[in-house]
Amino acid sequence: MRPIRQEEIQVASALLTATSLKVRYGAVEAVRGIDFEIRAGEIVAFLGANGAGKSSTLNALVGLVALASGKVVFDGHEITNGKPETLVSAGLTLSPEGRRIFPTLSVADNLRMGAYSVVSKQKVAEAWERVFELFPILYERRNQLSGTLSGGQQQMLAVGRALMSGPRLLLLDEPSLGLAPKIVEQIFELIVRLREHEVTMAIVEQNVAMCLEVADRGYVMASGRIVFQGNASELKSTTFLQDAYLGGN
Amino acid sequence: MDFFVQQTLNAIALGGTYALLALGLAVVFSIMKLINFAHGELMTSAGYVLMYCGLHGVPFALSVALAILTSTVLAVLMERVAFRSVRNASGATMLITSFAVATVLQVLFQNLISSRSQPVLLPNFLSESVTVAGFVIGNNKIVAIVATVVMLGFLDWFMKYQKHGIAMRAAAEDFAVARLMGIRANTVIAGAFALSGLLAGVAAVLWVSQRASVDPLMGFTPVLKAFIAAILGGLGSLRGAVAGGFMLGFIEIYLAAFLPPDMQEFRDPIGLGIVVLLLLLRPNGLIPSPGLGAVKA
Repeated sequence: MRPIRQEEIQVASALLTATSLKVRYGAVEAVRGIDFEIRAGEIVAFLGANGAGKSSTLNALVGLVALASGKVVFDGHEITNGKPETLVSAGLTLSPEGRRIFPTLSVADNLRMGAYSVVSKQKVAEAWERVFELFPILYERRNQLSGTLSGGQQQMLAVGRALMSGPRLLLLDEPSLGLAPKIVEQIFELIVRLREHEVTMAIVEQNVAMCLEVADRGYVMASGRIVFQGNASELKSTTFLQDAYLGGN
Repeated sequence: MDFFVQQTLNAIALGGTYALLALGLAVVFSIMKLINFAHGELMTSAGYVLMYCGLHGVPFALSVALAILTSTVLAVLMERVAFRSVRNASGATMLITSFAVATVLQVLFQNLISSRSQPVLLPNFLSESVTVAGFVIGNNKIVAIVATVVMLGFLDWFMKYQKHGIAMRAAAEDFAVARLMGIRANTVIAGAFALSGLLAGVAAVLWVSQRASVDPLMGFTPVLKAFIAAILGGLGSLRGAVAGGFMLGFIEIYLAAFLPPDMQEFRDPIGLGIVVLLLLLRPNGLIPSPGLGAVKA
């Protein structure tokens, strides 16, 4: 028997593997061939300036934008260019940038839609319990129209809605965008608590400092490419991060 | 006073039919941003089913069910055959497609059935009337009002409390995010067309029961009115469509009843003038759709 090498163990425990992803909008190449992986139980950060291709990457994973080329494997199955409506039942979902709750639906109906794909009544009941335990405020406001919630509450609703499907990998696109500093702290505390619930997460964030407090690893993107990758402490000390935000390469 | 009450009942009956049609247009528009001008042909198809059933002595209740079923199935087929392939195309492309579907169906009705108006045999009770508290009310008006109330109640219940109804509202607000929840685009769009076909079928039964005839262009005028009603109410807004439908019904009936005889020939322009005035005051309609980019007043 040959010895198992370190990288083989990593590949085996990768929940999601992306290989040479490319996303194109017309003539513009937003993502230019990137490779990354997300392992079970991790929090992985995607950092970089506006337009670096972070959101496009997440959207491509869930099928909201088409991949020009590349390959995505989730939980051992290829899901390249899968339809968003089928990926959620496989355990992959996205809490989109800008929250995008359904404003004229009640808080409870928003959450109910989050569990749309879940067939088992018992699992739906568990999801309600879990989300209301994580967000007591959503229980208090369950009959309110969600458009009338504050920004922070709407963000909690967006995350809660994504959790209703019982995801194994949750993609969070700018969860702190437009929120007051105190609320941002709450959101990141929540992310840490979610990990205790065995949710693996990939986070796109502008708030680098906060993000690196909670993340295990991260990828720094610039102009559609990954320019640096490492664990959180390596990311904190690298100059690539400053360069990526200042537009250098 | 007598006359006023009579006319008000007429207005509710006509407005209700417009409301059902406008609601059918709005359900599809809110999800797909398609204004389906072939909606009228759904009505016409249901009208011809009533005609054939009448000729073959089918019991009226059964022929009503068949008529509504026909327009519902035809609506789903229309989506599958014509609209699915242009789903992500521009609004103009979809609009032209709906005109093409309407024209194809009209020509089929003309060539396969008849280009002339055909009588529809209706049960006698529809042309009879009852006296309630001193008012003589046509049975067909009562049926129209009751059917409208039942349909609006059903739709409200479906959209508020049923998982698939809530999913339709979610898809109307943000289609991409609805798909992320696992709400299938094909299912929700087919469902919207089925609902619109159902509403068109009920409206057709009510329309035919007032006129007892059907012709290939039967659906054109009421659907044009319903389109005006949907815009008046706020395009894409379901409550707005209902409000707009009733408003238009009231405007038309009251103008016909209370405008001086020598001005009756200007009835339609005056009616549309009122609609334009209302839209000047409320550019997004009576009850605007929150999902759409609002027009700045």
